[in-house]
Amino acid sequence: MPVDVRLPTVLRSQAGGRSTVSVDGSTVGEVLQSLISEHPGMGEQVLNPDGSLHRFVNVYVNDDDVRYLSSLDTPVKEGDEVSILPAVAGG
Amino acid sequence: MLRMSTDVQVAMVSHCLGGLPEEACGLIAGDPALDAVLAWYPTQNVARSARVYTVDPLAHLRADRDAESRGLQIVGVFHSHTHTDAYPSPTDVTQAPDPSWHYVIVSLRDVQPVVRSYRIVDGLVEEESVVIRTHVAQAS
Repeated sequence: MPVDVRLPTVLRSQAGGRSTVSVDGSTVGEVLQSLISEHPGMGEQVLNPDGSLHRFVNVYVNDDDVRYLSSLDTPVKEGDEVSILPAVAGG
Repeated sequence: MLRMSTDVQVAMVSHCLGGLPEEACGLIAGDPALDAVLAWYPTQNVARSARVYTVDPLAHLRADRDAESRGLQIVGVFHSHTHTDAYPSPTDVTQAPDPSWHYVIVSLRDVQPVVRSYRIVDGLVEEESVVIRTHVAQAS
């Protein structure tokens, strides 16, 4: 099932400059795995080596932060928009 | 180089002063090819701290969508230093999320606020000039 994924500026160069790509998946984890299998360079910037969500990345399904839902097990359906954004922080 | 209008500069500094005693933050948007701030988004510092900041993630998402709807993209972040120079802290450098971004720092240490901008690439900090004009046009 195709789902649109909005990419942060830092990842767009790996997707030919596109801000949104369409990939398959029925959960956030499946969507991210599809994305990474098409664009392997994104892997370490999105997920930790153990497959969990990178600490400095926020992922949304529509307006909802998946960390407050079921994280990578959060279901997605056709028409949902998954957004990946860097956590922006400093001192 | 980063160009911004006097209106944006004043509003940005005002947002930072309004955040005292905590650090304040926000996002800037533009056309990456122009190195100009064409929109800015004040955001909450959800870290609520005088020493560190975290841009409200949901506000970031909304700013990102709004910028795209205007044909722009997020090109950087600004935040205040309440008691130190307008120079990136070690935390700013290690957590810089995007090498293409502009990192604007507003120092409120002295009576006169100081606005400086930096590029941070692979842990290396390079200051860039900030050019303030009455108007900064989208097409130039």
